[in-house]
Amino acid sequence: MSAFINHFSFEFRTGIRNKQMLLMNYLFPLGFYLMMGFIMPAINPLFLDTLIPALVVFAILAATLLGMPDPLVSAREEGIFRSYKINGIPSSSILTIPALTTILHLVIVVAIISVTAPFLFDAPLPVNWVNYALVFIAMAVACAGISLLIGVISASTRMTVLWTQLIFIPSMLLGGLMIPYDLLPDVAGKISQLLPATHAMNAFNGLAMGAADYSPWGAPWGSVIVLTLSGVLAYVLAIFMFNWDRHNTTQRGHPIMALMALLPYAIGIFLL
Amino acid sequence: MEGTVIVVRDFRKTYGDFVAVDGISFDVKRGEIFGLLGPNGAGKTSTLESLEGLREPNGGSVRVAGVDPTREPRKLRNIIGVQLQTSGLPESITVDEAMKFFCAYHGVDPRYDLLDRLGLGEKRGAQYHQLSTGQKRRLALGLALAHKPSVLFLDEPTAGLDVATRVELHNIMREQQTEGTSIILATHDMAEAEEMADRIAILLRGKIVTTGTPMEITATGAGLTKVSVRTQGSSLSDPGVTFPAVSQHVSKDDYNIYFSTDIGPTVSAIITHVQAQQDTLIDLRVERPSLEDRFLEITTTGGAQ
Repeated sequence: MSAFINHFSFEFRTGIRNKQMLLMNYLFPLGFYLMMGFIMPAINPLFLDTLIPALVVFAILAATLLGMPDPLVSAREEGIFRSYKINGIPSSSILTIPALTTILHLVIVVAIISVTAPFLFDAPLPVNWVNYALVFIAMAVACAGISLLIGVISASTRMTVLWTQLIFIPSMLLGGLMIPYDLLPDVAGKISQLLPATHAMNAFNGLAMGAADYSPWGAPWGSVIVLTLSGVLAYVLAIFMFNWDRHNTTQRGHPIMALMALLPYAIGIFLL
Repeated sequence: MEGTVIVVRDFRKTYGDFVAVDGISFDVKRGEIFGLLGPNGAGKTSTLESLEGLREPNGGSVRVAGVDPTREPRKLRNIIGVQLQTSGLPESITVDEAMKFFCAYHGVDPRYDLLDRLGLGEKRGAQYHQLSTGQKRRLALGLALAHKPSVLFLDEPTAGLDVATRVELHNIMREQQTEGTSIILATHDMAEAEEMADRIAILLRGKIVTTGTPMEITATGAGLTKVSVRTQGSSLSDPGVTFPAVSQHVSKDDYNIYFSTDIGPTVSAIITHVQAQQDTLIDLRVERPSLEDRFLEITTTGGAQ
């Protein structure tokens, strides 16, 4: 337990001490929040209704997808995991602790957004705080799981950028953060259901913000289940495929197995 | 030195078609410093990594204190301490945090005394990337020793260290040896290996080409013993003067230097000659072939005896 607490404490401090992680955990999400809060309502007043969930989703995407995989790949390339293995640090701790500390950083950022948005931008607060917290956790788990998986399967930091952008950019464009789901063309709408951001916005609006008619497909609890399942699946796959060492040629599983983490989203298209 | 702590038998490691280590065997006893030498690509790293549990052997067997490193990694972790050649630490971790972090996973109290001893006492708050190369290596050693392992793996332990720190590190190694710790020392520094190691194995292309004490290894080569002589007069300057067993003679900086295949008759004849010429001997030095000479001989001849 002492080792876990020690490791957690060090990783949490790294999230602030490391400039890249500080940027992705705090500066980028909060800077974007302020920018969007000042600009978007002037262009589209309806944006205010979804300002808090949209910026919470953005913060989660930034801290997890843009912040988590790179340090994992770098640590493997620099032989840090080899040192961890020799000293008995389990792979489950190597993957779980950064995910938990990132979620803790996100709690702080989400609290800042939730507290300041009504005062700064007159944005409406959630009507159901318990559901708000549940959807936040589900989205954080989903994105942290995918980020861990990307960190595990990426052969280099350059590949990490490619994989993360494959999710991050479509999430920004189609995930309901900037453009409401019902304004998307049918095909784009279906594609967007493969993204965690779309499900998070569906669940936030349907369960926490009191806008049950937000999504044409409804089923906000279904979105929570999809997010949670995909997060857990991605985490299990990341543990299974984890490689201590870039020189080790005996990696378990083929990287293409990582696509299994998207299975809950694919099934969700047909069931929800 | 009693009891065998490391047993390697017919150990083989391959990467695809490439054979990195080809059926080597050696033992390391309790409290012994065992030098593993060889040029780059000789198989040292593969051997060390298999003993440390980082690689799975493709053949033969490897045991560290009776533990199979591949099958019993949990048992192994408290038996061994490893000072890796590469950093092995996150850039932003402080010296203090690193000590707490690794000790916590080993279930022991942080060893701040080691940090003081290794000259890192004033750097406890510094982040890893702020340390010099020597400080990083000292920290790696401190972390490897913190849980009092019975087997210590040191990979180029003194590379980049200043003389004082190097001496201190050697003192620590000797202390560990006295306490019964077995040390595997992989190094390119032949002087260090010759000074510190009880026994040495030289690897070449995945095979052990020679093993023994530094004295035994240097004695088995075809190397010539160097005899440097300086006299007050010029009794040795006559080109016609020859001595037994001398294969080569050169003059340099007032010294006559003889390369001898049999040191006894050569030195004896030189002294007799100087006295007979009523000259005065100022300096006489005998230098046996160093481990470095022998190592170069072995590696350039491909291990052929």
